[in-house]
Order: sequence, then structure tokens, then C-alpha cells
Amino acid sequence: MPARGLIRARVAEISPPLIRQQFPLMLSYDAIIIGAGHNGLVTACYLARAGLRVVVLEGNPYIGGATVSRELYPGFTYSNCSYVCSLFRPEIFRTLDLPRYGLQVIPYEGSVTMTRDGGYFASFVDHDANRREISRFSKRDAENYDRFSHEMSRQCRFIKKFLLTTPPDPTSFKWRDLKDLASLGAAFYDLGETQMYDTIRFYTMSCADLLDQYFESDVIKGVIAGSSIIGTALGPYSPGTAYVMLHHYMGEVDGTIGAWGYARGGMGSIATALANALQAHGGEVRVNAEVNDVIVKDGRVCGVALKDGEELHAATVASNLDVKRTFLNIMDERDLPAEFVRRVQRFKIRGSSGKLNIALDGMPSFPQIPENCPARRGDMHITDSMERIERAYDDWKSGTWSKDPYVDMLIPSQIDPTLAPPGQHMMSVFVQYAPPRLASGDWTDADRDAFGSTVVDAIGAYSPDFKDRIRHMEVRTPRELEAEIGLTEGNIFQGELTLDQLMFNRPVPGYAQYRSPVEGMYLCGSSTHPGGGVMGAPGANAAREILRDLGRKDGQL
Amino acid sequence: MKSVRYDAIVVGGGHNGLVCANYLARARQRVLLLEAADQVGGAAATESFAPGFRVSSCAHLVYLFDPSISAELKLADHGLVWSAVDLPSVALSQERAVLSISSDPTLSAGEWMSGEHKRFDALMARMTRFASVLQNLYTRVPPRLRNRRGDIVALVQAAWRIRRLGRDDMRELLRIAGMNIADLLDDELNDDRLKGMLAFDAVLGTRLGPRAPNTVFTWLHRLVSRAPAAHGGIMHPLGGVGALCDALSRSAQAAGVEIRTGARVESIMCDADRVTGVRVADGEEIGARQVISNADPQQTLLSLLGARELDTEFVRRVRDVPMAGTAAKLHLAIDDLPTFVGVDPEQARGRLVIAPNIDYVERASNAIKYGEYAPQPVIEITIPSLHDSTLAPPGKHVLSAIVQYAPYTLRAGWGAHRDEFADCVIAVLAEYAPDLPDKIVERQLLLPVDIEQRYGMTGGHWHHGELGLERFWMWRPTPGAAQYQMPVEGLFLCGAGCHPGGGVMGLAGRNAARAVLATARP
Amino acid sequence: MNEPHYLQPLLPTPFHSRTQAACCTALWSGWAGYQSARCYTHVEFEYFAARNQATLFDLSPMIKYRIAGSDSLPYLNRLMTRDVGKLAVGRVAYTVWCNDVGKVLDDGTLFRLDDNEYLLCAQDRHLPWLQDSAIGFDLEVEDVSERFAALALQGPTSYAIVQRMGFDDLMSLRPFGWRRVKYRGAELIVSRTGFSGDLGYEIWSAPDQAESLWDDLMAAGADFGLMPMGSDALELLRIEAGYLLPNADFMPADHATRASRGRSPFELGLGWLVDFNKGHFVGRRALQAERAGSGRYTFVGLDIDGNKPAHESLIYHRRRELIGHVTSAMWSPTCKRNIAIAELQAGREAMLDDLWVEIYLKKELKWEKLMVRCRVVPRPFFDPPRRLATPPAAY
Repeated sequence: MPARGLIRARVAEISPPLIRQQFPLMLSYDAIIIGAGHNGLVTACYLARAGLRVVVLEGNPYIGGATVSRELYPGFTYSNCSYVCSLFRPEIFRTLDLPRYGLQVIPYEGSVTMTRDGGYFASFVDHDANRREISRFSKRDAENYDRFSHEMSRQCRFIKKFLLTTPPDPTSFKWRDLKDLASLGAAFYDLGETQMYDTIRFYTMSCADLLDQYFESDVIKGVIAGSSIIGTALGPYSPGTAYVMLHHYMGEVDGTIGAWGYARGGMGSIATALANALQAHGGEVRVNAEVNDVIVKDGRVCGVALKDGEELHAATVASNLDVKRTFLNIMDERDLPAEFVRRVQRFKIRGSSGKLNIALDGMPSFPQIPENCPARRGDMHITDSMERIERAYDDWKSGTWSKDPYVDMLIPSQIDPTLAPPGQHMMSVFVQYAPPRLASGDWTDADRDAFGSTVVDAIGAYSPDFKDRIRHMEVRTPRELEAEIGLTEGNIFQGELTLDQLMFNRPVPGYAQYRSPVEGMYLCGSSTHPGGGVMGAPGANAAREILRDLGRKDGQL
Repeated sequence: MKSVRYDAIVVGGGHNGLVCANYLARARQRVLLLEAADQVGGAAATESFAPGFRVSSCAHLVYLFDPSISAELKLADHGLVWSAVDLPSVALSQERAVLSISSDPTLSAGEWMSGEHKRFDALMARMTRFASVLQNLYTRVPPRLRNRRGDIVALVQAAWRIRRLGRDDMRELLRIAGMNIADLLDDELNDDRLKGMLAFDAVLGTRLGPRAPNTVFTWLHRLVSRAPAAHGGIMHPLGGVGALCDALSRSAQAAGVEIRTGARVESIMCDADRVTGVRVADGEEIGARQVISNADPQQTLLSLLGARELDTEFVRRVRDVPMAGTAAKLHLAIDDLPTFVGVDPEQARGRLVIAPNIDYVERASNAIKYGEYAPQPVIEITIPSLHDSTLAPPGKHVLSAIVQYAPYTLRAGWGAHRDEFADCVIAVLAEYAPDLPDKIVERQLLLPVDIEQRYGMTGGHWHHGELGLERFWMWRPTPGAAQYQMPVEGLFLCGAGCHPGGGVMGLAGRNAARAVLATARP
Repeated sequence: MNEPHYLQPLLPTPFHSRTQAACCTALWSGWAGYQSARCYTHVEFEYFAARNQATLFDLSPMIKYRIAGSDSLPYLNRLMTRDVGKLAVGRVAYTVWCNDVGKVLDDGTLFRLDDNEYLLCAQDRHLPWLQDSAIGFDLEVEDVSERFAALALQGPTSYAIVQRMGFDDLMSLRPFGWRRVKYRGAELIVSRTGFSGDLGYEIWSAPDQAESLWDDLMAAGADFGLMPMGSDALELLRIEAGYLLPNADFMPADHATRASRGRSPFELGLGWLVDFNKGHFVGRRALQAERAGSGRYTFVGLDIDGNKPAHESLIYHRRRELIGHVTSAMWSPTCKRNIAIAELQAGREAMLDDLWVEIYLKKELKWEKLMVRCRVVPRPFFDPPRRLATPPAAY
């Protein structure tokens, strides 16, 4: 790409205000970000901090994308897409000073799983309480849990270094790629021989094989395997799910690796804090501004056209939309190489999850869990074994929602007083699995309601008064996720987290460094490395690459 | 210490053991090969299962046997004759015409969708290039991830071979290596029959379904046969797969290997972290500087050697190798040729595959996860007597079928369900060959548990342990044991449990011999 | 007392009613999942009682494994680095065990109870490792921690106290020996072992006898200055005795996130526990390779100028080059020296004559950095003849 060097030189020589003077009508902004999801906002913040004039265009009347809180029923705030916070990179938190802009993250206390036989398994932050809890199922597992945790922290320690870095292209002989590959190699070599083998194997093995090495109790394995399939169109027996589990472990709250927390006020608080930070740096957010087209001239991006026909111009456009929506919907295929388009078409983005958001007029009872058990305030699950989860996945494969779903339930209003009126509660139920399309065809409203009933019945079997306490319920299948916030096929990670779509393969081999075949056009959403979850890392990485292309060394992370 | 009589003892006369012993003898080592059964061959055997009917008991075709080994060991001179080469693969279908493909694309026939032929050829051409990279790795002892010159050179060479594919191919290889076969086939092809058959090829001998990641790798493993350096094609030795081992055995003896059958090795002896020899069932102790085991890793290390001589973490790793087989074998003695609907006589000589589409294969694979057998199994059928008259009385035939998925342990217990499963398989066969059931004279079902018992392969797994991306090369059978040499000095593995895995290939045996010889001259 | 584990994660020991009554400070800590008193009255009193009279320390949280079966001896010889075959019935051995790469997993004491029966006591839990190490052996490994209540009776008058208790036959009990003694119609095990580096005994009883045993010992010890002692004072005793503590002086290899954090017995100065002539044991090949080359670290005792304890200090050669760090440190009131246990990089013998310790010291809320000279001295720092005297005197 010889042209880029030229452009970069030009932009570097002419500072943004100068460009505006020369082309007063053409360039309304230095950078346009399409989509006000958390990653888009992160990119915008970093660019604004570096002095660029930035606008974020959001099609919906509210910001946040899937990082959103909405009052869908009077008095109740729903985090109606993403619902917990752990992966958000602490470096971004600090650099953008988000606490100053109103973000508070509160860790939650463990989790609890209800089993078919009327029992429960809880996990606790306290090591001894946790060990004794596991001992109820297996003394050996209780001790092996420490071994397992050590292995997970080794994996987290290794991967953490690469979350806020741009993946090097292994096919490239460019100095930068070679250097980055070498430093990846050095970090890898530093693990020591045995750990090197184990790390590679970890990325290719199934969660079930991994857990079988450590545990004998089906319940313990089932409980842990839950995080290996969240948002994923795979079962715990599928190779590659050990990595998905790591993807859910590598977050942290206040330095505690693997901890999860609530954003006070719902997940939308993250988006709000980012928007506040952006505005403080002079950036702009426009809602109800759906982008219809990305305008490309002579192989270079020069702005966007909104649905209402308005055109906005900028030499840099970053899309927070997923790779398919970006390149197949709002861009013209003729502006892109055919091979690239083909690869984008083949990007795997099947949704696998549904969501219920429920307003409750009181705390539902869960007779299986002791009344005074603090783990009730964390996430609650229903499962008995990896097999039960795997069977739920079999339903997905055959094009139907799981008849016995795996659910991740939370009642965050127990510790966040801002979410529901006193004494009443907001409940979030994440459901695995729900296919993007049913065997019978596309989802219909009737299908959606039947899916909702399946889940409510599943929970009702463990909570006798649950159904009676429901005052309002929002049921979301992959169809609703796509229609409302534009996650193609309802995939919460903007693309499946399998080895063929990670690191330098994400989203498309050769285009994993946030750039696209069109000059000035970037991706900054979860379709890029390191992938989904409310992490912010794709956004930050994209911003760094944009600034690099603009010849800015400042604004570094 | 007892006096050392042999340089090397090879435990087990499977094809890899025979190959390994042969190469050692050619390097002027004094080699003794001990085989528990009355004939060599292990699971690569031809056995009689009904009066006058003989069949290849496990593998019933040869894809992967390395041609350079054939040449170096002069197997043709020792009686190896192929009764058929380049057999076609035929995808059976109930709704549509059958689809036949062979390694020679011009022979492809049947009803092709427009352009599908081209797409298929392009895909195979690319996959063949990738398989060549793999084939090259397969012929070498895997390196270790450590700071030694030889290891670094080997790693750089492997990386260079991938780089040399060119940027596009390299990117594609790095992308699809960990991918699932279903997505790859859906991306590249349209024909359900074709996709079903290829998906079947990818999951054959594994516990995975086509939607499971890593199945592109297992497909590549089979495609190694298409690499230019490999032979390319599906072959059948005259006299069944056992005939290959007979030739190997004659070649080995000619090279000076002493072969003793009926000699079951009971334990591998060692002293102060060094192998001293073996003890056979009658109590005789035979000394040797090196012992090379063709038995599977678990059996070799945990039973023959014993965990006591090993370290705990290593024992854990060996214990954790998934060893449960998933494929059963059904042998039918038939008094007349059955009519597979739509299959012409030329096609019938080949391998007939019942895997009509990807979803069918995927559904079949669900069962194995829960310790059940697949009620609608995927099946690979051969009727070797069509081109090999040594296997059945004149006018009669042998049908040999690989049936997947059959668990090692059936949750309900195999006892009463064994016949039920066989009936189930025959019912599926009858859907494609309605006249088959009436022609069956005798039937034999070999479940993984039977294969374990007959051939001493733990779990009855063809590959001596699950093969997959997480268990190949430096990871096969497990890190710390992937270079054929075991932690105890002088002990080596040479079976399918090691790199490059199973499928009658012979490379594990030759690589192991190289590893043995490398330590012999330090 | 009987709250569920999620409300009260730490269990009481069988002595809880007594230790709680005796504990005036409300200072408790968790030890292997049990409540353990850090200090009953005053650390200094308890420390001096242990060096001058005798103290009673609740040892019950110690994890205990019973290993029994015909393969016990070969199993333990494969597990441990030292030759367990040399351990006779009635004797106790200090031992370490390693992982495959020869790094120490933990240390402990091993009691040979009978020909084919052993008791292994360790600070930490190791059931999976012990069980997985038993693959291929005929024996049983069982966690019997809850079957024992244990007390450490340590100090110069400890022999006088066991005599007063009426425990016969302990006169001839040598260090690292154990005997069964009759007590209130049952049997106790008394071993001449301990973590204090002084004359002392450890007493192992059934949990239901714990309270009476405590009461009887305290009564028997009344005339000999016996008092309960908490873990803070014990920490001082063990440093003076030069004993290493896992998670303080070294990282148990299986807890380490970084592979380089594991330490071999040689690196810990425990090479004398490694016997290459007994056949295979876990880590043997790695340790043999290490012996042939050289370890990366070495453990030393330090005598440091001044009287400010060198907690968590870095060690420099000629005040400049960083060559190690202190793992445990204290002012030793008995030796009247400022002592420390430290890990230095190996192969720096030439530098041992010019070592400096960097000590950060808070003086009335103001921090100061001291560079203080230190010398390598042999361990143990305190090793009185009475520790080994058999028969022991009444002192």
C-alpha cells in the first residue's frame, strides 16, 4: 500500500485545523465513529484526547449499543444486553479517568448454581469457604480447584499482555510485524518449556478435556464449564472452548483476576461515562443519526451519509459496527477487493444467546439456596453437569432454542439501589442457547414468546413464586438483538471466538490491524482483536492505529 | 546387571513395530521383535471370521502408508501386491444419484451441480498443498520448544515451509487449521452428498462431529495421502491389510530382525532410570540396551514400564490422554453381491460412504458424547472380495464396514445392546442396499471394547489415543514424550500413539527408529 | 460455633474452647482453614516462655495424611527425595518432595507408624498429588487431619512437664523419635519434634480428648512456667532455628504462576535430603541434571549490623549490585543478633565478603533507608545442647 505513506505524510504536515481551512465544506470532522457502542466511544475518546475533532454517530436514540441501561418499565433500569463488567481494561479506565465521569464498578460475591436434585453449589470469594463448599462434592476437587486456578492465572498472565496490542501479521516481513512477533515469541518463551506446550494446547482443547484433568464431580465441572460457552455456538465438549473460558476469566476488578462486577446504574453507566469523557475532550455524540453509506472516493474514505441524506465529511472513519454490517451493509462492495468481501461474507457470526429482562415486584424465593448465603447476590445458574449444557447445545445445532437452557441469572438490584424501586427487583437472565434462525425459518413473535416461556418455566421450576412476581418482561432472541442494536445474527461478540477468528485472523487475515482495504476506513468494534465482551480493547487498539497513521505518537495508551 | 544380548527389543509386531525394527536392523543393530499373538500385524491384520471368509480386522483400506518406506524396505520384493489402487469414494444417497470421486479428478462422475466440480478441485488443490506441509512434518521427529540448535532449526524449517506456501495460502492455513470442517465445506461447496462424505472423512476415527473445531486438521491428516510425496489414493493389498504386515515381516527378517511370536511382554525392566530389557510372560528376561514399544502410550508407560519409574505430573499427562475408541467394525459374510442402489460395478469396488449430509454426520456424533451409540450411524463400506479373491469363497463376498459412532463404554452396558446395534447398522445398510439382509450368512461386530481385547489397544482406539490439533506433533501423545524417547533412558515408543498418529502409515515406526539411532550415536 | 462455612469460613480446632478462653488479644488468623491464635497475651512473653520455660501451641490445623498398604515404602521412596527406607518404625523424618522438574512442592514430617503405615504432616493440602503419585502402587492415602488434635509442647521445661503428666518411657526418646503413651484410658502419640529448634514434644491425640489434654498439660505445667503460645511467637522461634517456611522463604512450585519461581532442594540448601542411590523418585532426572550443572540460587543465614529487622530487604554486593533478598528476618532476643534468612544468586561466593542489606525503616512516621553491612553465618542461629540431650534434663 504505497499510497498510505503519502497520505500520512500529508496529514502529518497539515494539522487538522489547516485541513478544515483548505476544504471548509468537505471536512466537517477529523474522524467519524460509526456507532456509539462502548468500543466506538473508547476510540472516540482516545482520538479526542489527541486533539482530533471527533463525532460519534449513533442510529438509535440512545448510546451504548449493547452496553446500555434503559428504563423499559417505569422505575426499573434494565441492563438489557450486556449485564456484568469484568473484561473492561483497567488501563482504559485509568487513562480516560472514567470514575471521574461517573463510573463505579462494584465486585459481586460469588455465584450459585441450583441442581436438579434440589441441591446447590455456591462459589465464594473467601478461599476457605470456597474450598469447603467444593468439598461437599469432592474433597479432591476442592484441592484441585487451586491447581486449576493457578493454571488459569498462568494463562491470564500470558494473554493479558496481548489484549492492548495490535496483532502482528505472521505473514509480513515488515519491521513492525517482525518486532511484534518477536516480542510475542519472547513472552511465550518466558513461560518455560512445559508451560509453552500447555499454553498452545490450552488454545486448541475443549473445556471438557481441560476440566476432566482436574475434577471428578459432574456438578463442579458443569459449574465451571458455564463460562466456556457464554455467547458461543459451541458446547463444552467442543475443542476451542477452553479458550472461551479464558476469555471470561481474563478480566479483573481492582486487580483481582477473574472477578466480575456490576456497573452502578447498569451497564449503560459505562457508555455514559465514556460519552462524558468524550465531551470533556471536545468530542461530539449524535444520536438518531444512522449511517446509511460510507462515502469512498478514489479508494479513500471521505465521509458518511446519514439516513436522512445529510453528509458528514472526514478523512478518518472508524466503524464500531461488526465486520459484516460495516463492509456489506454501509459500504459499497465495489469499493472493496472481491477477495476481501468474500472473506467478510464467510466471517462466522452466528448468535447463540437470548436474554430476558424482568421487573419483579419482590425478591423471588429460591428454596434450594440457603436464605443467608451471600452467593445469592452474585450470578445464579441452573445446571448439573457439562452433559446437561452440551445437550442444550445439541438443540442449537438442530435449529431450535434449548428446551433445557443454561441460564446466567442476576438480580443486581440487590446491591445496586438505582435499578429498581425499594423492595422490588430487576432481574437479568442470559440464556444459552438460541440459534440465529430456527429450523422452521426466521424467528417469529410466537417463537420468541415460546422461547420466553421455556426460560420462565425453567426458572420457575426452581423458584415457586417467580412467575407471580413478574411485572414486566422483555424477551430477546438473536432476532431482537440484531434488530435493536445491530448485532448481526445476534452474536454478542460481533463474531465467534474460535481459533480461526482470533488474533491475526480477526476479522479477516491480513486485515487484523484495525485497517481496511479502503484508506482511512477502520474497524474498532468487537469484530477485531481481542474480541467481544465489554472490554474496550478493540476500541483503544483501533485508536492507536489511527493515530499512528495520522503520524501522531501522542495519545498512546 | 545381566548381560545385554540385544541392542534393541521391539515390543509388539504391529506395522509400526515391524517398520521400526527393520530400520534398526538395517543400521546394524541386533534387534528382537516380540509379538504376543501368533502372527504379526497387530490391528493391521487379515483374519477369518467365518469359514472361508477373511477380512481386514481393523483398517480395511490403506491410504497413508508412506511410499518411501515401501520402497526402502522393498515390500514389493517381499510379496506385497496391491489388489486395487486408486479406489473411488462413493457418496451414497437416498434422494439423489450417488456421487463418486477418486484421486484422479478426470474420473469423477455422477451428478454434479454446476461449477461444483471446479470448486471441489480448487479446494482439494489447496488442501493438498497444506497436506504437503503436514506430510513433511510427519516424516520427522518433532522438535522440542527449547533453546537447542537442532530444535530451533527444526522449528524454523517448519515455519519456513508454511511461509513458502505464499502469503495467501499461509494466511488460509493459519486460519483454517483450528476450524471446523462443516463451516469450511459450507463456505466452499454446495453439494450435500459431497460435503457429507468429506465431513465423514474428517471425523473418521475421532470422537468429534463435523461442527467441532479442529476437524479441518483431522481432515488434513487424512489428506496427507494426497501430498505429492505420499502415494495419493486409496489402496487395498492383495490378501487384506494383513498382507502388508506379512510383507513387512518378511522384509524385517531379511534385514536380520529376529521375530518371536507368541511372546507376550509382561514388563519392561529398568534400573536407575535406564531400561535393561523386558520380561516375557513365561518369566524369561531378555536384556537389551533399548526397548521400543509399539504398544499404546498408556499401556507402555503405565502397565509395561509402570508409573513407579516415572514422575507424577508425567503420569497424570499420560493418564489424561483420551484413549476411548469411537469406531466399530462390522463384517458380513454374504453369499451374493448386494445391490447398492445407483452404484455401478466399478464404483462398488471402492469405498461406499453413508454420510448423506453434514447434519447427518453431526447428529450421529451426538451419541458418543453421552455414552450412547449412534442410531443412525455413519458408515464406510468396502467389499474387498470384488478385487481380492483370496478373501471369500468363489461367488461369495465379504463386506467390511467401519461404523461410527460406537462408544467404548455404552452407558447402558454393551451386553444386550451389542446385537441391537448390529441390527441397527444392518438396517441402515439396507436402506441403501435393500437386498443385503437376505444375503448375510454370518456377521461379526467388533466394538472398541473388542478391539481393545483382541489387539491390546487401550480403549480400542485406532490411533492409540485421540488424534487432534491439541494432540499432534510436539503434543503427541503428550509433551515430554513426543520425540519417541520416553523419560526413562533407552525406552522409546513407536506406535500410532506417537507423532504422526494412526492410519496404516509406518511413519511413526521409521521416525522412532531415527530417534533411537540418534541416541545411539551421541 | 456451628455457622455454615459461608458465614464462618474458618473452622475451630478441637482445642477451641480452651484457646479462645486463653486468648486475651482477639488476634486470630487463618491456618489451613482453621482458626489459629496469633497471640494469647503478648508476643514477647510467649517467645521468652518458649526459650526459658515452655509453651503450648495448637498444632491441630497441620494437614495429616495416613499412608498405609503393602507398597507404602516404595511409594514414599518414589515420592520423597530422601531415602525413606532408612526410617525405622518409631522414628520421624523431615522431608521434602518435588515435582517433575525437581522443584520443591512442600516440606513436612514423616512418621513411620508401622512397617507399612506412615503419617505425613504438612502445612498445606496435597491430596491430589499424593493420590496421583499412588497410581501403580498398592496402598491407601487418606487425609486424617480431623482425626487428630495436636499440640506442640516446646521449651526447656517441656520434659519436666511430660514427666509430671505421667507419660512413661520418654526419658530415652531421642530427637525425631515417637512413642505411644497411655492417657486417660486411651493412647496418645508423643514425638520429640517441633518447629522451635529447642527441646520439645508434639502430642497427637484423638479430638475428643483435646480439651482434657489441654487442661491436664496446663495443670502439669503450672509449676514450670507453661503458657499458651500463638503463631507470631512461633515465627520468631523458627527463624532462630533456621527452618524454612513455605510461602515465606520459598514458593511451593505448584502455587507459582511464573515457572521460574520454583526452587530445588539444592537451591534451598536442602541437598542433604536428596538421595540419588535409592532408585527412581519424582524429580530425580531433573535434580541429577541440576547437580551436574549448578543451581540458580542459594540460601544463607545472615548476621546484620544494627538491630533493625531486615524484613523484605534487598541484598547488594558493594552496595550496588543486587544479588538477592531477605526472606525472613528478626532481631533475635536470645542470640542478641539481627538475623535473617536470605536467598542469593548462586555462584556469587566471591561476593559474600562485601554484602549490604537495604532496610526501610519508619522512625516516628518518617521513612529512612539504611544500607547495613551483613555477613553470612551458619544456620541454625540458635542451637542449644538441650535440644539433643537424651535423656533430657529438667532445666
